[in-house]
Amino acid sequence: MAKYVTIQVARKEPPPEPPATGESCKNCKTPLQEGELERHLRVCPHCSFHYPMPSHERIALLADKGSVSFVGEDVRAVDPLEFFDLRAYPDRMAEAQRGTGLSEAFLAANCKISGKPAAIGVLDFKFLGGSMGSVVGERFYRLSRVALETKAPLIVVAGSGGARMQEGLFSLMQMAKTVVSVQALSKAGLPYITILTHPTTGGVFASFATVADVILAEPGAVMSFAGARIIEQTTREKLPPGFGSSESQLQHGQVDMVVDRRELKERLVRVLSFLTGGGTVG
Amino acid sequence: MADRLTPEAAWEVVQLARHQDRPQTLDYIAAALPDFLPLSGDRLHGDDKAIVGGMATLGKYRVMLIGHQKGHSLKERQEHSFGMTRPEGYRKGMRLARLAEKFGLPVVTLVDTPGAYPGKDAEEGGQAGAIARSIETFATLDTATVTVVLGEGGSGGALALALADRVLMLENSIYSVISPEGCAALVWRDAAEGPRAAAALRVGARGLFDLGLVDEVIDEPEGGAQNDPQLAATRVMQAIEKALDDLVPLDPAERLRLRHEKYVMMGRYATAASR
Repeated sequence: MAKYVTIQVARKEPPPEPPATGESCKNCKTPLQEGELERHLRVCPHCSFHYPMPSHERIALLADKGSVSFVGEDVRAVDPLEFFDLRAYPDRMAEAQRGTGLSEAFLAANCKISGKPAAIGVLDFKFLGGSMGSVVGERFYRLSRVALETKAPLIVVAGSGGARMQEGLFSLMQMAKTVVSVQALSKAGLPYITILTHPTTGGVFASFATVADVILAEPGAVMSFAGARIIEQTTREKLPPGFGSSESQLQHGQVDMVVDRRELKERLVRVLSFLTGGGTVG
Repeated sequence: MADRLTPEAAWEVVQLARHQDRPQTLDYIAAALPDFLPLSGDRLHGDDKAIVGGMATLGKYRVMLIGHQKGHSLKERQEHSFGMTRPEGYRKGMRLARLAEKFGLPVVTLVDTPGAYPGKDAEEGGQAGAIARSIETFATLDTATVTVVLGEGGSGGALALALADRVLMLENSIYSVISPEGCAALVWRDAAEGPRAAAALRVGARGLFDLGLVDEVIDEPEGGAQNDPQLAATRVMQAIEKALDDLVPLDPAERLRLRHEKYVMMGRYATAASR
């Protein structure tokens, strides 16, 4: 396995669509066989480029087979501001549901990891850019309660354009809600781990994503609060290549480790075993 | 549901909230807190002038005051980075909040920022993590906390100082997940559509109060706080003192429980039971 990932594709939101059947890898241009990417967890086996992973596949990757029950699936969006836009918010929502087969941007699972209870939440960028509105916040809160009740660690995979504009200040308040939600876990001594994927930005990056006990990041993912365009417009600073990437965040002390998706579960299990086993071996 | 403002009316509030002569944190201090004792630095990196902090006597309370400062003249605004806070500013805020907690002082935050500073160094210095940790600090602080949005409550950069037992807004202040211009640029590909976006986002104090997102609206002098900064300061201090009268007597654990309950209830959604 390649140790370092060389990213040729300029990382910008939204993440690149995975190549269609018969196409080459968009990063290294190596032809891919049918199903090759899917068999390799949507990581190019030739250059290790990490393509977006749908939330259901992410849970299948991390959770023990057959252990999953979903939490808060009945929590659905309303239109609290009657937001007017080029299109109505409920219409955008319905289209996102049809297009993704998901009910919202956050998939929450009560499950097991290596035989032990765990709570896993995944933001799916495909659903309205993984944006955080009231439903994401409420499902996150409910998942944190499940973790508390089952004395389980909470693991959250982030990938988001930020707060959901169509719910206005309700969305901003989800930053507060999610951060408050994990305080009970902290008090109970339960680990809270985040895994940052491409892209993790705005209000998600500046709330629950970065208050975790341990922060993991996928190779080549870009994280930023303000976004490159705003930074360049406001400060006229020229941003270096790789700005905000996982590797740069690691260098600047903002994440604990950059982990290849093919090693993610094993690494997560190791982190959890240190944090939940107590200080004495035996 | 509250009536939405027209784009014109919403934009008028935005203009007042950003008015160059609108009183800011240092003006409120000068007008109403004569014994204010400023404190500096985050003890890690530097002292961010976009955040002012220190101790003061406010009515019958000794408080820790932490607020954004934008500046009025161009020179002042440059000195204070237009109120756009860097990680060291949020860390200074956290430091002062924890200091207050240690000595049992209530914490008052004054919010007035277009948003967190969007720069390379700020990002690499952990802007997102600093905001998140600041939110966490105010979520766990065991003394009474009151926030007043004075002018602009710009997104995460404002929320970093705005999680509190009571959140008050001045009548012509605004608070939003995204600037109206930013929203307009995304939706209509035209920042000039700011007024429409301001109305759609319901950024004004009254609308946010009607939606249950803030606890109280403080009336401003006729035509806006800039017309009578002294009167505005008197009203703001009275409102803070009244909130502290309710909050300070509470048992710290109960106060924290109520604060957490308030924030986990935030949001509007439907469930199987409600449909």
